[in-house]
Amino acid sequence: MAENILSVQDLHTSFTTDHGEVMAVNGVTFNLEEGKTLGIVGESGSGKSVTAYSIMQILEKNGSIRSGKVLFRGEDITKWPESKMRDFRGKKCSIIFQDPMTSLNPVFTIGWQLEEAIKLHTDRKGKAAEERAIEMLKLVGVNEPEKRIHQYPFEFSGGMRQRVMIAMALACEPDILIADEPTTALDVTIQAQILELMKDLQKKMGMAIIIVTHDLGVIAQMADEIIVMYGGRVCERGTAEDIFYRPAHEYTKGLLRSIPSVDKIGQRLVPISGTPINLLNLPKGCAFCPRCDAAMKICLEQVPPETRTVDGHLASCWMAVKKEAEAGMINFTGDSGRSLKADDTAGAGSGKD
Amino acid sequence: MFKYIVKRILLAIATIFIVCLITFFTMNAIPGGPFSGEKAKSPEVQAALEKRFNLDKPVGEQFLLYMKNIAHGDFGVSAKTGREISATINSKFKVSAKMGILAVLLAVVEGVFFGSIAALQRNKWPDRVIIFVSTLFTSLPSFVLGSFLLVIFSVKLGWVQAWSPQHQSLILPVLSLAAYPAAYITRLTKTSMLDVLGQDYVRTARAKGVREGKVLFVHTLRNALIPVVTYVGPMIASVLTGSLVVEQIFTVGGLGNEFVQSITNRDYPMIMGVTIFLAVFMVTMNLITDIVYKLIDPRITLE
Repeated sequence: MAENILSVQDLHTSFTTDHGEVMAVNGVTFNLEEGKTLGIVGESGSGKSVTAYSIMQILEKNGSIRSGKVLFRGEDITKWPESKMRDFRGKKCSIIFQDPMTSLNPVFTIGWQLEEAIKLHTDRKGKAAEERAIEMLKLVGVNEPEKRIHQYPFEFSGGMRQRVMIAMALACEPDILIADEPTTALDVTIQAQILELMKDLQKKMGMAIIIVTHDLGVIAQMADEIIVMYGGRVCERGTAEDIFYRPAHEYTKGLLRSIPSVDKIGQRLVPISGTPINLLNLPKGCAFCPRCDAAMKICLEQVPPETRTVDGHLASCWMAVKKEAEAGMINFTGDSGRSLKADDTAGAGSGKD
Repeated sequence: MFKYIVKRILLAIATIFIVCLITFFTMNAIPGGPFSGEKAKSPEVQAALEKRFNLDKPVGEQFLLYMKNIAHGDFGVSAKTGREISATINSKFKVSAKMGILAVLLAVVEGVFFGSIAALQRNKWPDRVIIFVSTLFTSLPSFVLGSFLLVIFSVKLGWVQAWSPQHQSLILPVLSLAAYPAAYITRLTKTSMLDVLGQDYVRTARAKGVREGKVLFVHTLRNALIPVVTYVGPMIASVLTGSLVVEQIFTVGGLGNEFVQSITNRDYPMIMGVTIFLAVFMVTMNLITDIVYKLIDPRITLE
């Protein structure tokens, strides 16, 4: 098994607002193996972007990591001083954002912005930095890079700007690339190109990728492992096959029902009813419970533990626990909610093994 | 760029011509004239004076003659003092400009500094204090502030000597002149800075590992100053050419003062001279503003 380059353990992140504490991330745990791709999927407000920003420690001023660890090569970077974090950002771990139209500074040339990152983290200065910038633009498929480094962002299309963002993120050969909804703001043909480019660059440069998206199609194409998030918690994790063909969490099932596919032509899509939970006031039990068709009494009262499903991936759902019980593996009476004995519930942090 | 500047200069000439036209005829429409003062003059003297300043001719012809003269660079002499208009403007403008430049510098430095602080310390006490003070200064008329400063610091405390030709103490007039623009720039910078701080590209800069100081002064400030520049250009023109109120209160003999006196005196050549000077200055400042605007924001195309 490859080494874990990044390990997030029981991460809690919240934002202080006038209305109270917004609990955006509530105990997220995952491991990222060197050179692999992890997909984080969930709807708006599920805490997936906040998880990504927490890793980089680029949260808004009112946000902070309350508890948990982010281990980079075994070192807890949440303990690092700001000066050391600056070296982490852009050099060890880079991020590209959702909207390429606004992610580049409008008043500086593309070359200036690329070279800034290069000069910060490598020994290349002046001409050498410019050469590296040109090389990176060539790598991400920007034509005539010698000419284009002197242009401004407004002279680039959306797809081209996202290529520039990728070039900038990878210029210092980071170990990890976080892509926060990298294709959401782009049209479909450009989306495919950008995803292709990311896969291609991963082959060439060998970085690990965390791709954050609400688009299940994107995840299916890219990720080796997927975590599904809801209400700031991980509700299910497994390979793309596990998630798409053997979903165990009611939320994952709902998500899959709500996407169009060729098999479902002529059928109505089934949306997940209700609205995302209020992160100011998290329920005591499962966050998805108020919208869940299969909710039981226990769902209201206790947060479901991460349980190994019959086929071997992990889900945090009492239904999954119940199924286990029915399969005779553990002792469970869901509706009483009290007599739970989950001997085989995988504890948080065990990840996959 | 060159083509654009040439085009703007041609337009400016047209603008100034229209300003001259309107001023000339409006000025003549006001009852009285430069020589209709209280002191009785003999009809011969009156006629001779009027002939000297072409006042005996029809207004239309007067205008054409005047335009012909200024085309040759001759602004004539004052109908009151007989001194060269250009020499008078030159000396009066020096006084106003000296005061104005100091006021502009003070306003810009103070405004950008406190505006940035207010944005960075948003909703904390420095922000509240800064915004309270700047709101106060934007709503305080300069004659109130000027008189207030004069009474407190010159009369009561005696810290600053009042302005006189012998002792040109500029502190108080500069302060009263700078108060409004400084307060305005503070608020403008704060709003604009807050807007820019929330932009994605600021987050990108942080994510690249850029240090916070550079994020603020390079990535944020340059964008935040774009709206400030649009205000500062015309402000420079209006502050440098003298404020009537401030010059009156501190008895500074500047251009603003001169302009109002020339109107009261119906000193036609002087009115025209100052008007043209102000128009040229304003148009030039607008052109410079647009060019600077283009320099800091590459998205602007000068067409």
